[in-house]
Amino acid sequence: MFSTFDFSVIVASLPFIWSGLQFTFKLTFVAMTGGIIIGTFLALARLSSIGPLAAAASWYVNIMRSIPLVMVILWFYLVIPLITGKPMGAETSALVTFTAFEAAFFCEIMRAGIQGIPKGQVAAGQAMGFTYSQVMRFVVLPQAFRNMLPVLLTQTIVLFQDTSLVYAIGAKDMLKAAEVAGKNYNRPVEMIIFVAIVYFSLSFALSYVVKRLQKRIAIKR
Amino acid sequence: MSEMPEAMIKINNVSKWYGDFKVLTDCTTSVAKGEVIVVCGPSGSGKSTLIKCVNGLEAFQQGDITVKGISVGDPKTNLPKLRAHVGMVFQHFELFPHMTITDNLSIAQIKVLGRSKDEAHAKTMKLLDRVGLKAHAHKHPGQLSGGQQQRVAIARALCMDPICMLFDEPTSALDPEMVNEVLDVMVQLAKEGMTMMCVTHEMGFARKVSNRVIFMDNGNIVEDATKDDFFGTPRSERAQQFLSKILSH
Repeated sequence: MFSTFDFSVIVASLPFIWSGLQFTFKLTFVAMTGGIIIGTFLALARLSSIGPLAAAASWYVNIMRSIPLVMVILWFYLVIPLITGKPMGAETSALVTFTAFEAAFFCEIMRAGIQGIPKGQVAAGQAMGFTYSQVMRFVVLPQAFRNMLPVLLTQTIVLFQDTSLVYAIGAKDMLKAAEVAGKNYNRPVEMIIFVAIVYFSLSFALSYVVKRLQKRIAIKR
Repeated sequence: MSEMPEAMIKINNVSKWYGDFKVLTDCTTSVAKGEVIVVCGPSGSGKSTLIKCVNGLEAFQQGDITVKGISVGDPKTNLPKLRAHVGMVFQHFELFPHMTITDNLSIAQIKVLGRSKDEAHAKTMKLLDRVGLKAHAHKHPGQLSGGQQQRVAIARALCMDPICMLFDEPTSALDPEMVNEVLDVMVQLAKEGMTMMCVTHEMGFARKVSNRVIFMDNGNIVEDATKDDFFGTPRSERAQQFLSKILSH
């Protein structure tokens, strides 16, 4: 059956797909770093003793986690221009949406990480004269981040795969590029198979890195 | 006491509740400058809680604690600033595992006291040398034994030039053969005139260097006596029982 396939079109469209993959990488990277930073602040807010702050953060996280990502992507893309009166490009919209969405998931990871740090560490930091923010910056967060690194990376692998959902708003990521190329050459199946292999290879390689990392951290502790 | 030296720590009618449960009941005592006080008592008697109230790590609902005249319970007090000058050593060391020994000792000097890196490093090395661990400066806490870690923890507290030191069961989590290396450092410190409040069951240490012994039971200070009185003729039956159990072997 493969005799009917023509995989040479893949080579021809590699530069085009590469430009899509670059956006996939960019989206993954921005959503990961932005998500971890915002997620960490959300986690601190959720664990805060200031009731309204904790409640607001908790609401945000629960809402984000209860809506399918593709809905959030569409909602942001369609509704934000209605509010601001200005159209937002699909790429920009995707970057904002993914960062906001992933922040909720990274928040829960960081919250678990922060809660996993023994109370005595906080007490020791306080006893040295550290303020709350110093205790967090120098004592709690570095350890929480380190302990949670494998989980953060695993979430990033999921994020990397989820970026293909920007397909819904026509942002040009790897999947969209492959689809366009497939239409040009009238070879959609070959293209879909090819990007599936790329997604698989990158995700698999990254999960191998995570496994190695877990072992290394396990030895050090 | 014939003359009343300046009180470094004053604990006045302090009570504390966890919900309905009263953990401290009207505790009153004081620690004079240069004095070494040992706080002992059965587990759950509130001794750790009391010592943690002194630097505000635990809140209390009634009474008053002052350290060098500064009220710990006053919401207007800058607690981090006060704590920077009160050294504390914990049962489980609580060194920061993600930092080298050097960084453990330097970070608060730099971030809290505003010392320069060079200044902090010099002080760090001086104190590591003092506890005999200069050779381990580059290591992480996990690479040291319990006794070494606790000595590092003492050095870390001393780096801040504390006006007094609080010890919360500093030898309870140690293997028996490591207890003495930590006690030696504490004895040395006491002999140099450091004001110390130590929660400990090390009665040998209490006999050797303490000025007074406080015995707590059920959140109450049952006995607050000079060392000789405490070991010679403990007044309360509870303290007598405690001593007979702890000293019988």
